[in-house]
Amino acid sequence: MNTLSPPSGACDPAMASPRSPGSPGTSPVRPWALLAELTHGCPLRCPYCSNPLELATKSAELTTAEWEDALRQAADLGVVSAHLSGGEPLLRPDLTEIVAAADGAGIHTQLVTSGVGLGRARLGRLADAGLRSVQLSVQHADPATNDLIAGRRSFTDKERTAALIREAGLPLGLNVVLHRHNLDALDALLDLAPAWGADRIELANTQFYGWALRNRAALLPSRERLAVAARTVRRRRAELAEQRIEVVWVVPDYFEGNAKPCMGGWGAISFTITPDGTVLPCPAAAAIPGLDAPTVRDHDLEWIWHRSRTFTRYRGTAWMREPCRSCDLREKDFGGCRCQAFALTGDASATDPACRFSPDHHLVRDLVDAPPAPASPTLGEPRRPARRAAAVAPEEAEEAEEAEEAH
Amino acid sequence: MTARWRPVLAPAVHLRYDRVRGTDLLLLPERVVVLKGSAGDVLRLCNGEREVPDIVAELARRHPGAPVADEVPAFLGRIRAEGWLR
Repeated sequence: MNTLSPPSGACDPAMASPRSPGSPGTSPVRPWALLAELTHGCPLRCPYCSNPLELATKSAELTTAEWEDALRQAADLGVVSAHLSGGEPLLRPDLTEIVAAADGAGIHTQLVTSGVGLGRARLGRLADAGLRSVQLSVQHADPATNDLIAGRRSFTDKERTAALIREAGLPLGLNVVLHRHNLDALDALLDLAPAWGADRIELANTQFYGWALRNRAALLPSRERLAVAARTVRRRRAELAEQRIEVVWVVPDYFEGNAKPCMGGWGAISFTITPDGTVLPCPAAAAIPGLDAPTVRDHDLEWIWHRSRTFTRYRGTAWMREPCRSCDLREKDFGGCRCQAFALTGDASATDPACRFSPDHHLVRDLVDAPPAPASPTLGEPRRPARRAAAVAPEEAEEAEEAEEAH
Repeated sequence: MTARWRPVLAPAVHLRYDRVRGTDLLLLPERVVVLKGSAGDVLRLCNGEREVPDIVAELARRHPGAPVADEVPAFLGRIRAEGWLR
């Protein structure tokens, strides 16, 4: 966009989406966004859960005061937007206090939830505390299949929660993780967005880390069905845009031959705080051995972001080897994803095998080019419950009761 | 076309001053927009009560000699096209 001349006193907005944070090197890189994983407890058992295989226990979780302090530090560091996620963040009885702390520090908050255990009264308190938006997960458009994938009855709760969110006047996003057990229901899933009053629907093809990597054989779709799904999205996007519904398609990187610009670069735009206070460049990074990730209990976020070896290790391009080092794409895709490089090659500083230039690209190509397996009868191994030592506080007990059942 | 329009930020859009970077931002779900120059000041005048000519007049008063009559309506139109103003 062109910029108007300064004397006019006017104005031109320039997009600085979290994907283009401005010219690097001119000033210290500051994070824009935080993913706050408040708990690993969750009423659902999705086999592609993005939580690590080693789930944090309830007793290890940060206290209310520790989250409040971390959010203030994050704001001082430059964070303006936070996803309050989990697990299921509604299982934190102090969620309202955490939202208030974020909002008070100037951080825009979005709740990322299964929708299980959210009543009108609690949503009202969250909105009053400054909650700005809610993202609701949906596993399938068919209630019974949704409940099968989620590992519990939850579709009706989600539908009811969506209505409450609209009633509260909050923007609503639907989050759908796509895999071979729901890809064919894409049209019906897209229909849920206008039916439930969503402003946005994110269709995220499964990224294979943690639980999803463990269950990859049961989840990986065929190239043919994926191509049909991509055409469906192209066909429906314009129609939904007319209803002011944004459709986001998160590409399946195994199939495209391109490495994704994971997290917009390591330690470049955002960071994750896990339930026990561990600070990571991305939620999957806990799986990288020797990362020696710091925690907010031992260090301040300023030091962690700017100085810790965990964050400086793969920041920028100096760490790269060939073929990344001399590649024209190195400032665009940042060598792809470090966690995926480790998961597939055992070496976190290798080129992401999703990239067609990677010497290890055959690892994903062989998988996706294999003849389609017969329809998989299994969904994969359900995510384990996180162990929880204590019950929720009495004031939230009623609404959280249902969500707690599974613990 | 904008004569009777009383622009106001869409409910999902929040205008905030970023004290760390010293700039105005629009914050909305999954998006941060960095506002350059006086864009934030223009949008602060969009309170749902002022019509576009009122906004232009106020800016002309603040910035004598600036080409606000041409630039501000065009800017507001672009922001509306993004869905951030109503």
